[in-house]
Amino acid sequence: MEHQSKVKIKKEWDIVGARQMGRERAKAIGFGTVDQARIATAISELARNIFLYAHKGEITFNVMEGMNKKGLQIIASDEGPGISDISKVMEDGYSTSGGLGAGLPGVKRLMDQFDIVSEKDKGTVITTLKWVR
Amino acid sequence: MPEALRKIVVENSDAISKKWLEEVSKKRGNDYTSSISEELYQSTNREFVNVIFNSIHSQKSKEALDNFSDRLINLGWPLSYIVDGLQTFRRVTMEFILGQSDQINTESFLKISKVVDGWVEPIIKQLVNEYSGSWEHTVSLQRLALQELSAPLIPVMDKITVMPLIGTVDTERAKFIMENLLEGVMKHNAEVVLIDITGVPVVDTMVAHHIIQAAEAVRLIGATCILVGIRPEIAQTIVNLGIDLSKFPTKSSLRKGFKTALQLTNRDIVQLDDTNKQDIEDILDSLR
Repeated sequence: MEHQSKVKIKKEWDIVGARQMGRERAKAIGFGTVDQARIATAISELARNIFLYAHKGEITFNVMEGMNKKGLQIIASDEGPGISDISKVMEDGYSTSGGLGAGLPGVKRLMDQFDIVSEKDKGTVITTLKWVR
Repeated sequence: MPEALRKIVVENSDAISKKWLEEVSKKRGNDYTSSISEELYQSTNREFVNVIFNSIHSQKSKEALDNFSDRLINLGWPLSYIVDGLQTFRRVTMEFILGQSDQINTESFLKISKVVDGWVEPIIKQLVNEYSGSWEHTVSLQRLALQELSAPLIPVMDKITVMPLIGTVDTERAKFIMENLLEGVMKHNAEVVLIDITGVPVVDTMVAHHIIQAAEAVRLIGATCILVGIRPEIAQTIVNLGIDLSKFPTKSSLRKGFKTALQLTNRDIVQLDDTNKQDIEDILDSLR
């Protein structure tokens, strides 16, 4: 199995493609069905954010191997408008698009590690990771 | 000049096709056509080269070209076979014509190249158009088929309707779901609508948002919406995401949801027991 794979997000249907690949990867590494659903949902949120706000970007999957554990790293990167106030988007219920505003804080709760770097007008890179339990 | 060249090419069609067949077969190697039987491959090649020559010869044998491309599309031959074949034909023909004349200057080379392009380009254009046209047709049919499947509403019984959702929910489909749901509630005079999400693979914030909106709209027109088919893993992700679905009843299965729907419409499922039958038999017995 390849240790890295990428999916480009340009159309709404690419979200489904990214989700499918993430789920396959997660299954291959040995995640259970609940964690697979968590990962698929997290990818869905990240990919949808790219599609909605940056219009194009990509999702990268890395298989991580620790001392005696395995994990899946998901990196969502785009060159979109960036996020002006990160602490605000990490609040539950904050949305600029009329959505539920649970996306990014939700992803943080779905995954084990969550890191966000964003620069205005440069783009956003969100790195998340989940370990197999 | 074009006529003279056409004459040369048509007269020497055997030599050119032989060379072309060789080149194409050599190229075959390990590419996309390797799964096709040798016999079929050779006969298709021969037909292909005949179609090309016919088209050069008469300029109006569109029908033969149409028939040929239709057959290739139906058999699922790749477009690259046709494009590669025609590129090879162009090269072989150029080589042949150039080999015929002794003095070649830049001007005549350009002229010859222009004439040969004039033969090959229209064929490539037509075949590519046919291929892409057939793909577009297939895609549009599939989109239509998907749309028909996207938001079905089943009036199971008086006052109760069910909308089973299967597959990914995107923005367009979410719009359909909302429209069909409201239209159906009015049309069937439903009091309770069950939305079954057993077949929805992922419920993210967008899907949840659309479901909440649909349920709220259903409430506004005076009906109740019950969300059913929430699998355990979906329940966990919904909780992790922090989505509030407490505004309307939710159930794990369609069966439980249906029971609730019956309660809401003041009805119940009653098992007919055998005592009635016994009574009738008793009466019949007494009559004897």
